[in-house]
Amino acid sequence: MSQSTTAVREPLLRIAKREGTTLPQKILVRAVAILLALVVDALFIFFVTGLNPLAVYGVMWGGTFANMTRFSWMLRDLSILLCVGIALAPAFKMRFWNCGGEGQILIGGLIAALVMVYQGNNLPAPALFAAMAIGSMAAGALWGFVPAWFKSRWGTNETLFTLMMNYVATSIVACMTNIMRGQASSLGTLNKATKAGWFPVIMGQRYTINIIVVIVLTFAMYAYLKFSKQGYEISVVGESENTARYAGINVRRVTVRTMLISGAICGLCGFLIVAGKDQTIATTSAGGRGFTAIIVAWLAKFNTFYMALISFLLVFLERGASEIASAYSLNEYAADIITGVILFFILGSEFFINYRLILRGAHKEGK
Amino acid sequence: MHSSLIAWIMRAIPFGTIIMYGALGETVTEKSGNLNLGVPGIMYLGGFAGFASAWAYENTAANPNGLVSILIAMICAIAASMLGGLIYAFLTISLRANQNVTGLALTTFGMGVANFFGVFILNGASYSAAPVANKAFAAKIPVLSGLGAVGQVVFSYGFLVYAAIVLAIAMHWFLTRTRAGLNLRAVGENPATADAAGINVTLYKYLSTCIGAGICGIGGLYYVLDYNQGIWATTGQIEALGWLAVALVIFTTWKPLNAIWGAYLFGMLYWLYQFLPTLLGVTLASYMTDLVQMLPYVVTVLVLIAVSMRKKKEDQPPAHLGLAYFREER
Amino acid sequence: MAQTEYAVRLQHVTKTFGPVVANKDVSLGVRRGEILALLGENGSGKTTLMNMIAGIYYPDEGEIYVGDKVVTIRSPRDALDLGIGMIHQHFKLVDVFTAAENIALSMGSGKYDLKKVQDKARAICEKYQFALDLNQKVYEMSVSQKQTLEIVKVLYRGADILILDEPTAVLTPQETERLFTVIRNMKADGKAVIIITHKLHEVLSISDRVAILRKGEYVGDITTKDADESTLTAMMVGEKVELNIDRPEPVNPVKRLDIQHLTVRSPEGITVLDDASFDVYGGEILGIAGISGNGQKELLEAIAGLQPTQRGASVEYYAPDAAPVQLIGKSPKAIREAGIHLSFVPEDRLGMGLVGSMGMTDNMMLKSYGKGHSPIVDRKAPHDLAETIKKELNVVTPDLNTPVSRLSGGNVQKVLVGRELAADPIVLMTAYAVRGLDINTSYTIYHLLNEQKKKGVAVIYVGEDLDVLLELCDRIVVLCGGKVNGILDGRKTTKEEVGNRMTNLVKEAKA
Repeated sequence: MSQSTTAVREPLLRIAKREGTTLPQKILVRAVAILLALVVDALFIFFVTGLNPLAVYGVMWGGTFANMTRFSWMLRDLSILLCVGIALAPAFKMRFWNCGGEGQILIGGLIAALVMVYQGNNLPAPALFAAMAIGSMAAGALWGFVPAWFKSRWGTNETLFTLMMNYVATSIVACMTNIMRGQASSLGTLNKATKAGWFPVIMGQRYTINIIVVIVLTFAMYAYLKFSKQGYEISVVGESENTARYAGINVRRVTVRTMLISGAICGLCGFLIVAGKDQTIATTSAGGRGFTAIIVAWLAKFNTFYMALISFLLVFLERGASEIASAYSLNEYAADIITGVILFFILGSEFFINYRLILRGAHKEGK
Repeated sequence: MHSSLIAWIMRAIPFGTIIMYGALGETVTEKSGNLNLGVPGIMYLGGFAGFASAWAYENTAANPNGLVSILIAMICAIAASMLGGLIYAFLTISLRANQNVTGLALTTFGMGVANFFGVFILNGASYSAAPVANKAFAAKIPVLSGLGAVGQVVFSYGFLVYAAIVLAIAMHWFLTRTRAGLNLRAVGENPATADAAGINVTLYKYLSTCIGAGICGIGGLYYVLDYNQGIWATTGQIEALGWLAVALVIFTTWKPLNAIWGAYLFGMLYWLYQFLPTLLGVTLASYMTDLVQMLPYVVTVLVLIAVSMRKKKEDQPPAHLGLAYFREER
Repeated sequence: MAQTEYAVRLQHVTKTFGPVVANKDVSLGVRRGEILALLGENGSGKTTLMNMIAGIYYPDEGEIYVGDKVVTIRSPRDALDLGIGMIHQHFKLVDVFTAAENIALSMGSGKYDLKKVQDKARAICEKYQFALDLNQKVYEMSVSQKQTLEIVKVLYRGADILILDEPTAVLTPQETERLFTVIRNMKADGKAVIIITHKLHEVLSISDRVAILRKGEYVGDITTKDADESTLTAMMVGEKVELNIDRPEPVNPVKRLDIQHLTVRSPEGITVLDDASFDVYGGEILGIAGISGNGQKELLEAIAGLQPTQRGASVEYYAPDAAPVQLIGKSPKAIREAGIHLSFVPEDRLGMGLVGSMGMTDNMMLKSYGKGHSPIVDRKAPHDLAETIKKELNVVTPDLNTPVSRLSGGNVQKVLVGRELAADPIVLMTAYAVRGLDINTSYTIYHLLNEQKKKGVAVIYVGEDLDVLLELCDRIVVLCGGKVNGILDGRKTTKEEVGNRMTNLVKEAKA
């Protein structure tokens, strides 16, 4: 082989697919990524604020672990984010880009709020909660159904469709809150006097039920994806529609059904936000979690327990940042930056799990 | 009624200009096959960098000059948003990360950066202003803008409004009449064919993503220094505008010329709630105005559906949109 | 040296893909003003070899000369710069562009002037008598128009060495004749042309010289005027190789499938399977021979309920002791639910037969997961099945949950075949069951198929290696151009006969 002619043109780096990365390797790559991200964030903190990054990280740590209240706040936020992640997981596993979590949460929360306000005095508590839950899930499911149906029928791009549905939901929520508040300047807490439709306080917190529901959902969704026939169908459709057809799976039906489930759980999440967390509804109730949860679901490869871990990391950062904000009179947006940097590093690190870099000069063997 | 129509148009055009920049930038990016959902974040970066640099200049220079301020703000806005685009490009093109997820992370990051540093500038106040830059950016065309109703409707905006139209036309020309434009479209449609034809797919993707981001950033800049009267305040409005820009790209069916009227139409629809009642001579309940605001998005959804049903090839997204290209999988 | 007269020449070129040797020590060349036909069966390495000249692949060993200089061709761009243009079977065109835009694409640097491009392209069209509307969008074009565009594109870029990969496979006889006129014009113009084809009569009518590849190796070349169909077929298929594959006598064959008037059109409206009619019997292996792309895939998929068929098609399934069942119009699920034991090993193992990201266990239940009323998947039975298959077929896998995409090709096929056999088929269809497999695994597969045959299963074996077809199959259906071009007795027929029917429609079949 004429080495002289080929060596000149061989690229500096070649990329080869890596097969069979072991679990320790995967953990190592991700740990290095998070560590590097923290170093970058530390540099950023130091150069921008002049503060000792370690001290800042210490304060951040306190945001979650300083005392029980902090810890329970973390659990409250974690449960909501994880709930959305759980909702999106089946859709993404099917390679259906549901970017409409935000809208599905909002519309579900809205129905819960409406039932709460207009039926709060008529229905006994169990029936009220049931009506709120069913109503919000139905609304969320509807929001998931529309893009799924068009996708399965005409292949309409679901990423963009679901994205637009978010703002339709936002407008409806704005409109309805406007009606509900009447002359008041803001909607405020709903059913303040009767507390109808508020989750009961358990173990000192109103959001205890939220946490319980999400724990149940975590196990249920894990089992659904892993052990149920429908979960199996989702995996096959997500992997290859051709194989799904070969196996006799009705791809259209699976698409629509999965999005009904995904939307319904998002809707349920809206119900949890209204009944267990905010006791009100606003256009900002979803707070971008519909988007953050996409990242959670994707990075966790749809395993709900990994999702819990990643949600914890993100909520930990968020709470930590608001802690820094008050301690150093900075602001909470630091959380977005730190989160962004960590996400970039984790996303980038996937490359090193799936591929190998081969330096020029390394012996070239048959691929 | 006549005057409220004029007022309506005069609201719609500046509004449309913001999202026109966003949509034009995203169109360039998407033409290379990259679906960058980081548009809101990038517009934040551009808007903030532009404002911050102009503000700093005004507060340090003894005699701040409008032209210099324009220059500084533009350079900083474009540079900052291109950096945002570069992050996205590096992650999705070189490291092959998922495009949607990376874009969303970039939106989080851009919002964070802009608002975090914004607080330093606000320094406790509820808003902060760059009046010199605002004056320069919002300067109307002399003489012409005074020509009655026509002058008002057509000539009474800052230069970036006209630059956006020029940019849209230039981009149309670039995409249809130049070799680089042809190559770019080929990359987004069929990267394997482009690669086989000797086009550097990676380079085109990088360049179009970064340049597209730079153009998006001008939208953010225009929002802060002209539309918002040179005032920086921590608001979520840029995010909504960013998504509207993404919607506009779909609405235009990836054609820059459509962005001109599409953007103004979106502006008209967006401000419909304020002018519709006077035009119709009715009073609209305030809750209805909230509902009317969903119109641009509903229209976009309808276009999206219609396009997918008609299957007309010219109206489809670039065939390879959202997919990564690796040569070895050829 | 005499070698310098070659326009392009390969010297001792070898290319391997993993364990598969695609080309082994091949040396050949083409002169200016010459049309060289590259002849060989499927999988003989023709396309791979040409792809190395065109810059798609890089040879592991050996050199490529253009003129008398050694060249390095790393990309299609490099090839074009050397004046080499290849027209691939899969066209490299941008659908939403016009013909002119596709031509202009990749025209390197210089001012972009579509008008000029059109003028120059029009001149080329006139010179070689192409009928091409330069303003037509590619997605509106017929296959033949697209091909014309590809040729014009290559000529436009100044290629004087043209490689055409099976250009006539998609053309009607009239279009083929027109193409040949063009190729002759190009030859007269001093260009070097390499044409890859299977069709002997075309080789004889168009080429000056024929180079023959067999199983990746260069067999030799022959001047066309000294050749005839039988010499070429002999060179192409080679000596009959004794493979010593068992072929038990069919015991008591019973009709299992009655296929009548099966016609399938591609989404583009091209008839890919044309009025195929034949019977399939239990206890025999029915071979399907044919150049790939002559309707084999569609035939099997139509039977399996994966391809829409044209009116009048009928596939009747005869289960033991039951009334015949019509398969046409049934989905794969309906076929299964009707209790029909039809197993199918498709050509695309990981893209259709298996889910690459799943382990053996999960792949076992691809067709059976829906059994029973429980919403929960039963993994016990699939796990046991996977265990059995792993042991009996010696599947090499770290464990039963390792994604099958990580297994070697042979092991992937064992998993797929194992699953399909485990379903107790009455009819078993296999497409290219041994493609890409090593000798040992191939024999394992033959053995498994024979076992099924002995059990009374009706086995359909779509294959490409004629030696195997001749030793394994009891009867051989030869497909040519989507038509059944004869049903031969596997014990009596010859390699030449099968090869001939694969490439030429015989008179009786035409009538």
